[in-house]
Amino acid sequence: MADTARDPPPAHTDFQELEDGEDLFLEPAVIQESGPASLPAEDISANSNGPKQDSLFDDDPEDLFAEATEEVSLDSPEREVLLSDGPSPAITPITPPTSVITPRIGLAHDDMFTHSSFDEIEEEEGGDSFDMHISVSDPEKVGDGMNAYMAYKVTTKTSMSLFKTDEFSVKRRFSDFLGLHSKLASKYLHIGYIVPPAPEKSIVGMTKVKVGKEDQSSNEFVEKRRSALERYLMRTVKHPILLKDPDVLQFLESSELPRAVSTQALSSAGLLRMVNKAADAVNKMTIKMNESDAWFEEKQQHFENLDVQLRKLHASVESLVCHRKELSVNTAQFAKSAAMLGNSEDHTALSRALSQLAEVEEKIDQLHQDQANADFYLFSELLGDYVRLITAVKGVFDHRMKTWQKWQDSQLLLQKKREAEAKLQFTNKPDKLQQAKDEIKELEGKVQQGERDFEQISKTIRKEVSRFEKERVKDFKMIIIKYLESLVQTQQQLIKYWDAFLPEAKAIS
Amino acid sequence: MRSVSVDLNHDASLLIDIPDALCERDKVKFTVHTKTTLSSFQKPEFSVPRQHEDFIWLHDTLVETEDYAGLIIPPAPPKPDFESPREKMHKLGEGEATMTKDEYTKMKQELEAEYLAVFKKTVQVHEVFLQRLSSHPTLSKDRNFQIFLEYDQDLSVRRKNAKEMFGGFFKNMVKSADEVLISGIKEVDDFFEQEKTFLLDYYSKIKDSTAKAEKMTRAHKNIADDYIHVSATLNSLSADDSTANKNRYLSSSVSLQKVEGRVASDQELKLTELLRYYMRDIQAAKDLLYRRARALADYENSNKALDKARLKSKDIPQAEEHQQHCLQKFDKLSESGKKELTSFKGRRVVAFRKNLIEMAELEIKHAKVSSTLQPTCVRLFVYS
Repeated sequence: MADTARDPPPAHTDFQELEDGEDLFLEPAVIQESGPASLPAEDISANSNGPKQDSLFDDDPEDLFAEATEEVSLDSPEREVLLSDGPSPAITPITPPTSVITPRIGLAHDDMFTHSSFDEIEEEEGGDSFDMHISVSDPEKVGDGMNAYMAYKVTTKTSMSLFKTDEFSVKRRFSDFLGLHSKLASKYLHIGYIVPPAPEKSIVGMTKVKVGKEDQSSNEFVEKRRSALERYLMRTVKHPILLKDPDVLQFLESSELPRAVSTQALSSAGLLRMVNKAADAVNKMTIKMNESDAWFEEKQQHFENLDVQLRKLHASVESLVCHRKELSVNTAQFAKSAAMLGNSEDHTALSRALSQLAEVEEKIDQLHQDQANADFYLFSELLGDYVRLITAVKGVFDHRMKTWQKWQDSQLLLQKKREAEAKLQFTNKPDKLQQAKDEIKELEGKVQQGERDFEQISKTIRKEVSRFEKERVKDFKMIIIKYLESLVQTQQQLIKYWDAFLPEAKAIS
Repeated sequence: MRSVSVDLNHDASLLIDIPDALCERDKVKFTVHTKTTLSSFQKPEFSVPRQHEDFIWLHDTLVETEDYAGLIIPPAPPKPDFESPREKMHKLGEGEATMTKDEYTKMKQELEAEYLAVFKKTVQVHEVFLQRLSSHPTLSKDRNFQIFLEYDQDLSVRRKNAKEMFGGFFKNMVKSADEVLISGIKEVDDFFEQEKTFLLDYYSKIKDSTAKAEKMTRAHKNIADDYIHVSATLNSLSADDSTANKNRYLSSSVSLQKVEGRVASDQELKLTELLRYYMRDIQAAKDLLYRRARALADYENSNKALDKARLKSKDIPQAEEHQQHCLQKFDKLSESGKKELTSFKGRRVVAFRKNLIEMAELEIKHAKVSSTLQPTCVRLFVYS
């Protein structure tokens, strides 16, 4: 592929190298106006519907077996083109401008443009530096009984010219987020963009909330969800392409949003999704792709490993959270018991010391509780997010495989048609011959398109993966720093508490 | 390192320690080493091998010796319990396939440390038992104690005396009857009345505290184990990254894990062991009260018998003698009991003080260590 020559050397994906992200795209930029207007929402490409239709039921086959055991968490990066509702023209994928128009005649010149047009979107980002903060807050229960739901306030603060005002907020419910994700997935997944997965549904959690149980666990559930939604939105808008998608903009800005019905777990859409996933799993197993590019093979292996490691780490951290909560409970119980012991002690100084011990332990119990929360919200949830993200990444690789498969299929078909045509040459059936020639022409176009698609998706994936890895390293680093800092704080508090206790212990005579 | 009792081994006339012990599967063989200037012993210095059951035998014979009824008999050391680390070792062996080599090695090391800790604890608690005996003016002179220290043959022959076994069973049966007795008896002495109320209440409280402290310690240990898994996975994750990253992950995870493990074991040693020991000691003090209450009951019964005899004008001198005997026994018990209980309180307060101070100091030390270690890791991360 000529493209590989153009591509920056990402073969040895050392993260250090990718620090200079800007340098990767040092091509002369084609002058285009910046701002949302430049993104063609209208797609002029002829083939937009083609590949889309065929890859209609692309899904994450990987997920099938993982999710087969869960009855209702069906949501994962997937698309139901026919079933999504909403104003955005779901049929028109937003492909990088100009890339599909120029027929590939092997001109290096064209490649330059292909590159540059995507480049300047990146560079636009550089110019209009990413300054956006989304917060999800104020969960409010709306309605009663089983039809009740939680409404969240989504506030966007930004100085980017993309938006009309600096700060604005809207009310959204969980299914709105799922609807947004499904629209984005249907538009971008199949061309190789890593669309961040939405938080998972939870029938149990929601039912508790609906029923109106105002207890610890339902509060925790709401907080967990709120935090997850916030992270989801931030991740989505950090993606330069997704940020400019009209669905995203509408989600953030417009006060009314049509209800995304197809995201319901037990709807016909849900069942359709399940069926599609099953079909996909089977298909995936039968695709044997000739990988000509070692980079992809290496990356896929890398993501497989990462997946395994992250899942393991996630499990360990969840266990840690659980044990720390246990420690907190046990410490509280011990504190009470020590207080009783202190009361029962008849030596006054010792009695006082024991009561002090009880107080210290009570404070420590609260400390453990807070630490457990930090463990969870910082560490564990991040890992969960990344486990799901990796699934999306793997899905994107699968799409590439499917694109290749389609290309190969049309090539084979072309071959057959040509052979048939050759045979027809010797028979005296002029109309059939013409028909065959027409079909061949059409198929040739398809084959070319297929090849273009494949190369496009490969290129997109390379960029996406490098972006993803950069983000990943950044995310982890930030979280680990925060986590370590929380540990330090805990330790310092412990020092304070025990320092206060020590003189009491020494005062026993 | 003696954690729960005040230093006992300071009377040079009789110095006992357990310098060595061997762990064979289920059995622990202690080497009891004695150094003495007393002429009652054959040699000035000698060592004998003893098993846990020998200690129990010694304890039981002391308990059943009438002469010592007015004394607090030091509580018997509990049986060496390697169940927990052994079970964990078993599970570790089963799960070996699912772990990386590094993880497995670390877990194994933790377990070996746990084994060692249990081992040290049991040696210590057996040693303390002997040392309390040796520092007690009356008990140190006990004949069976001497045999225990000196007899260079296997004690198991003596142990398997059926009568003694039966005696032990009988003792337990009687004790529960005494529980009813002790709370029902009318106490004439204020001191004992107070002690009784205090000890009964305190015992139940300290038993509860011991159980809760044990749960706390176990949770700490679980967290330490979790950190091992977390750090192992972080390490394999960072194997993909550049070396700079790797070092960062490594050092931070190691610091997390080591501290939690240390905190867990120190807390156990200072707090939980302290509570455990004194729980048993208070039980021994309660036993003293039971015996005294029994003696009081005997005395009251002998009074009644004397009145009856006087009424019937039969067997008066025997009844009088019996009554005198009971009274003497009761008085002796009360007198030595008072002394014992007073010194017990003093001992308890001192031990609590020492251990609480040490625990607080250790907690501070650990927190200081990790609060300096972790920022270093943070800095490493930030300046990457």
